[in-house]
Amino acid sequence: MTQTTPKATTPKAPAGKPKTLKEGYIPPKERLFAPGHRGCAGCGELLAARLVIEAAGPNTIIANNTGCLEVTTTPYPESSWGVPWIHSLFENAAAVASGIEAALIAQGRKEGTNIIAQGGDGSTVDIGLGLISGMMERGHDILYVCYDNEAYMNTGIQRSGATPFCAATTTSPAGKSSFGNMRPKKPMPEIMAAHGIPYSATASAAYPRDLQKKVKKALSIKGPKYIHVHVPCPTGWYTDSVDTIKVGRLAVETGLFPLYEIENGVVTNVMKPKKRLPVEDYLKTQARFKHLFSKEGGAEVVRQIQAIADKNAQRLGLDPK
Amino acid sequence: MADKLNDGAVTEPSSTVITKTGAWRSQRPVVDNEKCIKCYICIDLCPEGAISALPEKKGVQVDYDYCKGCGICASECPQKAYKMVPEEK
Amino acid sequence: MKMPRKTVMEGSMAVAEAVKLCRPQVISAYPITPQTHIVEDLSQMVADGELKSEFVNVESEFAAASVVLGASATGARAYTATTSQGLFLMYEVLWNMAGSRYPINLTCANRAVSAPINIWNDQQDSVSIRDAGWIQLYCEDAQETHDFQPIAFKVAENPKVRLPIMTMMDGYVLTHTYEPVEIMDQELVDSYLPPYKPVVRLDTAHPVTLGAFAQPNTYHEIRYMLNRALMGSKSVIASAFKEFNETFGRDYSPFMEEYRAEDADVLVLSLGSVCGTIKDAVDELRNEGQKVGLVKLTMHRPLPKAELRKALDRASVVAVVEKDISLGQEGIVATDVKSAFAGHDGPAVLSYVAGLGGRDVPVRDVRRVFSEAAAWKGKKAPDDPFWLALNTGIIPEVR
Repeated sequence: MTQTTPKATTPKAPAGKPKTLKEGYIPPKERLFAPGHRGCAGCGELLAARLVIEAAGPNTIIANNTGCLEVTTTPYPESSWGVPWIHSLFENAAAVASGIEAALIAQGRKEGTNIIAQGGDGSTVDIGLGLISGMMERGHDILYVCYDNEAYMNTGIQRSGATPFCAATTTSPAGKSSFGNMRPKKPMPEIMAAHGIPYSATASAAYPRDLQKKVKKALSIKGPKYIHVHVPCPTGWYTDSVDTIKVGRLAVETGLFPLYEIENGVVTNVMKPKKRLPVEDYLKTQARFKHLFSKEGGAEVVRQIQAIADKNAQRLGLDPK
Repeated sequence: MADKLNDGAVTEPSSTVITKTGAWRSQRPVVDNEKCIKCYICIDLCPEGAISALPEKKGVQVDYDYCKGCGICASECPQKAYKMVPEEK
Repeated sequence: MKMPRKTVMEGSMAVAEAVKLCRPQVISAYPITPQTHIVEDLSQMVADGELKSEFVNVESEFAAASVVLGASATGARAYTATTSQGLFLMYEVLWNMAGSRYPINLTCANRAVSAPINIWNDQQDSVSIRDAGWIQLYCEDAQETHDFQPIAFKVAENPKVRLPIMTMMDGYVLTHTYEPVEIMDQELVDSYLPPYKPVVRLDTAHPVTLGAFAQPNTYHEIRYMLNRALMGSKSVIASAFKEFNETFGRDYSPFMEEYRAEDADVLVLSLGSVCGTIKDAVDELRNEGQKVGLVKLTMHRPLPKAELRKALDRASVVAVVEKDISLGQEGIVATDVKSAFAGHDGPAVLSYVAGLGGRDVPVRDVRRVFSEAAAWKGKKAPDDPFWLALNTGIIPEVR
């Protein structure tokens, strides 16, 4: 077939009303997450956010922290959100969501309404941690979703508590005397599970159907839930937008970002890679790790990163017996 | 664009549709639906939600009003049914 | 006709009783002295089934404010209370509430601000929030703290206003002392304050996006509209007080109260419970033939400039006695009073910083203010504020 470039036309809406894009074209104005947002081409976070709200459905209210997701989807007077959505401050979506739940209960209209509080890794593992802990401790019927691109991306790629070991960011750069961020990732899914909540899980933008399944599962459970989604960021990880999914998949296949659930304190449904890949395969794809392959002593650091992956594999049983 | 502001700057839902981010593209995905096996992975992986299924399982279609040309669909399609083509002026 | 229930009660309980009558749907607060009795009382009312409200115990004041913000955005009538450090921990959220136009009612049990840490009364906390876009009302006694609650909700929730509102009561002085209070009748409160009807709310049937990201082309105007609403709330506040009088038979002047001020030559302007003491001093001095009076400022924001000019113009000297200071400047309310007279002929305005950190302000010290102030007739007021009853004996010399 010859490659003629089709004209830029808007698809026509079919006669029957499709509920998902896999059934057919849905006019953008009717979407739960409308296009036209200002996310970078190939943004893993906005992809994941779309998947989350499409899995949750229209009976959902969202409280959203400040960050890339909020800023790119709500430039006044536009909004991508087709569900009720509120942004207050950088760090307080969990508390705002708690108030939303209390109000719905007081008004007698909580039944059948999902409440999601969401934010990036910075607002979740750092500045908002206390408020999320409070929300989990109080046992609200709310799902918290963290979109983890491993740095404060909206402010220009600064180090967060979720920045992985030896990744370069602007506030933990690689330099003559540094290999970048020298601290491991804060174990947020485990911290959340330690609150005694019924469900805590990891997911990835590179595994969209797994992510949506986990969202649906979480929302079917009453009580506080947590999903930590790995979302590659081409801008912050210095990759090409075309490689977003490939990079995300490598994070999982190397064991650096394993996919699993913690249900009532017990690890379940660990996704075991067919063959666990060496961490170099992942690290080499992103310029935020390039200093590991050019600086003296880099090989030793790569070994330390491999040890992190090996420890994950041991802890979760990632490798075949 | 709203003419007048309102108290509290409340925003209408799904209103980013007026911004046609397709204008950002330097390349566009072109799909050969004869190769398409209707796995719909591309639909799942488009950050814009710009890909949707054609009726009667005929394949998929791209909404070029919004496609930013990131290339994920072409990269991930198991059948290599997409080609990324430079955007015409 | 139902006999009004008048009983001696703790000031905190007067607030809690009033809040209960207003039927708040969500309450969230964090313990901090001297506000704590208010929320303890409300908790007990909820636990006993007297008050049907979702009471959310939180991990900080920042969370408490965020919880009531979320509740208000969902269309629920929401209440919180705090003071001092707690109010300051809420700082970000307070600005966010006003900017987003959520009509939350907050009681501030005025307390001094750290450092050093001090749990007793002054007004530094609430006056330091005056710029955030909240309506701010100061109460003199327990009856006012009780009565101002339905007034606060009514004003805040008015579709022409849609702003959060703060009512102040002096910590310990009003929260922990006992006064006779006439409890409002529930039916009358219900008629005065119907259920909250939000203009917009979070509702899956009618999705909206709240909390916009406004760029330079609109932020300026959005803030203008906020200020316009705050200034415009004056007429709504006046009507609410008028209607309160018609319903409950207690007549409060919404912006300020004049006490023996008609022919006063020296006036003191002040806020809160210390006005009770100042009234006593005025009575003594009047008995001695002195033409003195008090203007008690009830509403600090929006600032009633024209009304201040009208009330104070008759005097030669006005001494503003307040329990706060803008460090590096003078008393905050004094600055505001001076601004009301900028460009107008008016009295000399003196700034008195009094009673910080719970220091008592007795009648004898108030009398001293009146006699000192009289000496400034016809003179230019000094740049620096006066510190009332400063114990210079314990202050070392500047090296």
